[in-house]
Amino acid sequence: MSAAPTGRPVAVVSFAQSPQVRREDHRNEVEMLMPVVEEVFSRIGVTKADMGFVCSGSSDYLVGAPFSFVSALDAVGVWPPMRESHVEMDGAWALYEAWTMLRAGDVDTALVYSFGRSSPGQLAKILALQLDPYYLAPLWPPPTALAALQARAVIDAGRATEEDFAEVAARSRRQALANPHAQLSGDRAPGELMKDDYVVSPLRRHALPPITDGAAAVVLAAGERATELCDRPAWITGIDHRIETHALGARDLTSSPSTTLAARGAGLGERAAVDVAELHAPYAHQELILRDALGLGAEVSVNPSGGALAANALMVAGLIRIGEAAQRIMDGSAARALAHATSGPCLQQNLVCALAAETPSGGR
Amino acid sequence: MAERCAVIGAGQTKHAAKREDVSIAGLVREAAERALEDAAMDWGDIDAVVIGKAPDMFEGVMMPELYLAPALGAVGKPMVRVHTAGSVGGSTAIVAAHLVTSGVHRRVLTVAFEKQSDSDAMWALSVPQPFSAPLLAGAGGYFAPIIRAYMRRSGAPDHIGIVVAVKDRKQALKNPYAHLHIEDISFEMVRDSIMLWDPIRYLETCPSSDGAAAMVLADEDCAAASPRRPAWVHGMAMRSEPTMFAGRDQVNPQAGRDCAADVYAQAGITDPRSQIDVAEVYVPFSWYEPMWLENLGFAPDGEGWKLTDSGATALDGGDIPWNCSGGVLSSNPIGASGMLRFLEVALQVRGQAGAHQVDGVRRALGHAYGGGSQFFSMWVLGTEKP
Repeated sequence: MSAAPTGRPVAVVSFAQSPQVRREDHRNEVEMLMPVVEEVFSRIGVTKADMGFVCSGSSDYLVGAPFSFVSALDAVGVWPPMRESHVEMDGAWALYEAWTMLRAGDVDTALVYSFGRSSPGQLAKILALQLDPYYLAPLWPPPTALAALQARAVIDAGRATEEDFAEVAARSRRQALANPHAQLSGDRAPGELMKDDYVVSPLRRHALPPITDGAAAVVLAAGERATELCDRPAWITGIDHRIETHALGARDLTSSPSTTLAARGAGLGERAAVDVAELHAPYAHQELILRDALGLGAEVSVNPSGGALAANALMVAGLIRIGEAAQRIMDGSAARALAHATSGPCLQQNLVCALAAETPSGGR
Repeated sequence: MAERCAVIGAGQTKHAAKREDVSIAGLVREAAERALEDAAMDWGDIDAVVIGKAPDMFEGVMMPELYLAPALGAVGKPMVRVHTAGSVGGSTAIVAAHLVTSGVHRRVLTVAFEKQSDSDAMWALSVPQPFSAPLLAGAGGYFAPIIRAYMRRSGAPDHIGIVVAVKDRKQALKNPYAHLHIEDISFEMVRDSIMLWDPIRYLETCPSSDGAAAMVLADEDCAAASPRRPAWVHGMAMRSEPTMFAGRDQVNPQAGRDCAADVYAQAGITDPRSQIDVAEVYVPFSWYEPMWLENLGFAPDGEGWKLTDSGATALDGGDIPWNCSGGVLSSNPIGASGMLRFLEVALQVRGQAGAHQVDGVRRALGHAYGGGSQFFSMWVLGTEKP
């Protein structure tokens, strides 16, 4: 076996995403992915032959077919055969798997991609099937209802108000005006948003994410290969993820201890000292919970892309957070960044990725 | 690969057509508790959990690992869910091993399962998709023509598949966890069983099982502190190729050859038949034994069936016993089937396989494949520290 040192640095060297839209009417998953894979390669002048590993993230339930990742792999065309794997999770966790491969020294480069097309199905019903199959799924609770329970707990604990939710939504969609890939953007004042109707009290329309079809891809490279491929790689200085119990009644929904643990594991202190944070907060109140969990100060630019309130393709939005945060470093507008991804109801599982323009010394 | 990695604990459930005595959580916990007990560890000793299974539609639960987190002691820990088709059990173990070889974690619990009786795999495999030819016959209908192509290409006589089916079912009688225990299994019984997908007879196909497998993987220090003999990872590899394209050799896929070459190179194996003492290979339909004997380099092209026919792959008297546990033909909890192959070779290397133990195992090959035989995962374990 090769004798590459463990803990060698790994960086994001390229990122691309499809337009994030409400409904991909005319393209299937392969057709959505192909231009994204082409773009993520052409940005750094590589081809699939340069990739040591391919890892993807997606969910069969969104596609409504078993083995949906199998046909999606045709977007890459793994011939001659390639090292390849797949997680039934957001692409952020596919990136994590690729990071461990690169860190172990088995390969020097990896393509990570994910896709999510929610429009063909009834998302509220599909996501109910993600719940405890014996005690919770038979009640068919829609995700908005579970999120509303969490938002109500936040209000009841005196941590935030509905006006605060509107502030988050107004800022996210205003920032999304500068993001050409965003699905929802606009310049509406929080006071105006407060006139929206409730979808599920206390969540008004603006506090909910859109339903999105989209795809994204990232190229990772280790050590010197990263500096060969990119002038200013976004080095992963730490990445970790943690899960909480599935039983909502056993959790304090107003906090996110798994995010705090993951941030610590990623080498971020109690107050994450970063220029930019891309948080995967599908619901407005979840951004407030995550800011607390990460100790983000007012000086941190949160979700310059607009975040998940501007586009929330399931299985993709987490990977996009890492891509967007890395892009801020690659384009020179940030020196340190943080990206976050979530999975499960009410922020059950969370991943934190710390990125920097400076090469890390080697720790996690 | 940088840090060393070893299997220090292994556990599996009793596999059965319907495990109605347990929930999904109860099923995975049964295997995981046995693996922890084997490793002399408690839930708190585990740093991370890596879980795998085949399509979520096989149980009707989307991303069931979210609900399974507390049952697997994963609360507050990292948890990863792998899904790479039928090879998933093997891929899951490899993803878990990378958490150790990368130096990220020291003790990782890896689990794979399927509770097929909660749903209907045949239905789940046959969801019609726009612009795609419907596959309404399940996996057997898919593989039957490929087997027929092998028979034509190699000139193998018709009875080879029956030989494999009898051998694996006999070996299963020595494995208390196996699903199928057909006491009076015989050549005539297999030959006379109904033809399902010509040339695959009923008794030449795998059963549909509920079951789970679990292993504890550890770094060098933890392995040294472990009470039982570790099974060291000498090599591991994954390969994929596209499902279909003109000229693809579906009988002897390149991805399988490349994966074997990679894992052999890592383990320093140049002649698998003489250097590997026992193998657990994913054989869901009997004819896949001779096909994989060739794909994995145990026999020259076109001659795998001769090895099978000579009895070389039998636990009783063979020089390269394959699937001493009874294999996929005797237990098939789909998502766990690949991990069971990886786990059974750990048992063989550690001398824990009981009645189906092969004497003096020093190196063993675990193999899994999936999809339309375009996904492969393999590892080689050994008694010696690599």
